[in-house]
Amino acid sequence: MTAIHTSQSMQDYQRSAATAADGAAAAPVLDVHDVTVAYHHRPVLWDVDLTIASPSLVGIVGPNGAGKSTLIKAILGLVPLASGNVTALGLPMAKARRRIGYVPQRESVDWDFPVSVLDVVLMGVYGQLGWFRRPGRREREWAMQCLDHVGLADLARQQIGQLSGGQQQRTFLARALAQRADLYFMDEPMAGVDAATEQVVFSLLRELRSQGKTVLVVHHDLRTVIEYYEQVVLLNMRLVASGPTAEVFTRENLQKTYGGRLDILDDAADALAARERSR
Amino acid sequence: MIAYNTAVVLAGASLLGASAGLVGSFAVLRRRALLGDALAHAALPGLCVAFLILDRRSLPAMLVGAFVSGIIGVGLIVALRRSTRTKEDAAIGIVLSVFFGIGLALSRMIQNRSASGSRAGLDSYIFGSAATMRIADLWWIAGVAALCLVVVLLLYKEFKLVAFDMGFARVQGWPAGKLDLLLMGLIAITVVVGLPAAGALLIAAMLILPAAAARFWTERLGVMLVLSSLLGGITAACGTLLSAQFSGLPTGPTIVLAGATAFLFSALFARRRGGLARRLAQRRFRRRLEMQSLLRRLYDLSESSLPNRVAVPAGEVLRRSSLSPGVVRRAASHGWISMEPADKLRLTEAGLNVAARIARGHRLWHLFLVEYADQHGSFGELDVENADERLPRELVESLEARLAAEGRLPTQSQQASEAAP
Repeated sequence: MTAIHTSQSMQDYQRSAATAADGAAAAPVLDVHDVTVAYHHRPVLWDVDLTIASPSLVGIVGPNGAGKSTLIKAILGLVPLASGNVTALGLPMAKARRRIGYVPQRESVDWDFPVSVLDVVLMGVYGQLGWFRRPGRREREWAMQCLDHVGLADLARQQIGQLSGGQQQRTFLARALAQRADLYFMDEPMAGVDAATEQVVFSLLRELRSQGKTVLVVHHDLRTVIEYYEQVVLLNMRLVASGPTAEVFTRENLQKTYGGRLDILDDAADALAARERSR
Repeated sequence: MIAYNTAVVLAGASLLGASAGLVGSFAVLRRRALLGDALAHAALPGLCVAFLILDRRSLPAMLVGAFVSGIIGVGLIVALRRSTRTKEDAAIGIVLSVFFGIGLALSRMIQNRSASGSRAGLDSYIFGSAATMRIADLWWIAGVAALCLVVVLLLYKEFKLVAFDMGFARVQGWPAGKLDLLLMGLIAITVVVGLPAAGALLIAAMLILPAAAARFWTERLGVMLVLSSLLGGITAACGTLLSAQFSGLPTGPTIVLAGATAFLFSALFARRRGGLARRLAQRRFRRRLEMQSLLRRLYDLSESSLPNRVAVPAGEVLRRSSLSPGVVRRAASHGWISMEPADKLRLTEAGLNVAARIARGHRLWHLFLVEYADQHGSFGELDVENADERLPRELVESLEARLAAEGRLPTQSQQASEAAP
């Protein structure tokens, strides 16, 4: 589906990323310790402990209002922690920022903002550029490669408001790719997108994983969890369970997470049954 | 001497307008336009307090006073929103009116206390009076304009990022909150040095109007900033000249009028985003749909008797597809239909080709959307004429095979297809 890019610098990037990941294998990729988040004195996340020991694709799953996005935002420091702490790639979050990539929810920005698709992707390299320096030809070429990677190179000059929902989502993915991060956080990258974009997201996840990167994804579709993620985090204001999908994504755990809401569980039951059959 | 004064006033007004247009663009894009208004109103009490303490008109002291109370006002808005659950618009309304009320009361106290001449000075801070601008005011304005320009040039990339996506900026490690504050600070000092010329009541318009007008003409932030600064400078100069023509008319209102004219012109006549351009594009779009609808209908009616093209009553076709009569005239002038006796229409040879192409595209898309309901988003805008460009070749062929099997694949007569537009 995506044009898999094989130009020189993309290969270099992939190789160097893989070695970086090997070197950091000792410390856990992500360690979330005892995190509690409160809005207006009402806790929305209680005592979440979560360790991702080694590079992995991690799905964060739970009902609406379970605090899935809040967990990501708390880890990234976008909402204040009432208690707890987070280390990423063996460093405190504040020190790890240059190696962290982020795909926010599509609705979080104003798509009528006067910037082009390429401008948005270039924002991914701002962190590497540092203060005052503007992106130059090298950065632009890199951003174009990232755009090409999600199949949007033709739309680089378009204003972002003219894109379809799926294309906007791919723009955000390209921006995250441009960050050259080792640890990615994606907030519902497959919500409300077309099947083709979902395929792009999925193959991108696989590719990032094969380069030794870790991706945490807020995910809402229980049917695809088993197919997409090696590890799963089940969340409903508290951590219900986390670990390898095969062990954690079970009927009992899902019932604990969703409180027996059968309409949703039916989807998961189908997926679980399919897994049973395939064994 | 008069020429010198005029030059000072014009230079001051245009520099102020340019500076307000520059920082105002960010305020508008960040949806902070009303915050600038609140800030201007909230500056008045501080101005009066400075006057009361020093008991004379001292520009630097009054500007500092205005800045401090303006910032306190904005701080209160933020505090109201965070610690009580007052919504932003209500918080802005409360601070704006309460501070301005206090300011008016204080200025009345000053009027009662001191000699008659000083009240006129304070009035100009409410309604604006560029005519009283002195060379000292000009230096203040020039200094602030230069500062805004330098900071925006240096931090263009950072401001752009923070204005577009605050969360992403923070994840990348930028001090997004501080950058936002700096931007707010630039807006605050621009408002404050502009108070004597434009007045607390209306200076927010200098932040908003040029930026809103500039947005109509471009889809690039950099271009918008330049355009907004230019528009701000020009409209402020025009407004000042206008106020000089009518003695007694304060500059605040005339600058607003000049800015509003620029805005209105942009809103109506801008190339793509303007109202007129949108209306025209809409009409073109509607006409195209009507034409497609007419030709498709005529094709459907002739399909069973092809290659003979049947004549159909015009009224009935128009009614059934609720088309306007103009579409028949336009189709005839393209040579796609011929008018027959008894008010009937018939496709011409050329029209049949166009109609067959349209019917084919329509049926391809229709079948595609039914069969691949979840994928249409990935192929961009759908149009009956672009199925071949947008869909993969194999997919088109399989859809065509399906239509052909049902006997519903429109075929174009080969010899005439090249003539069709």
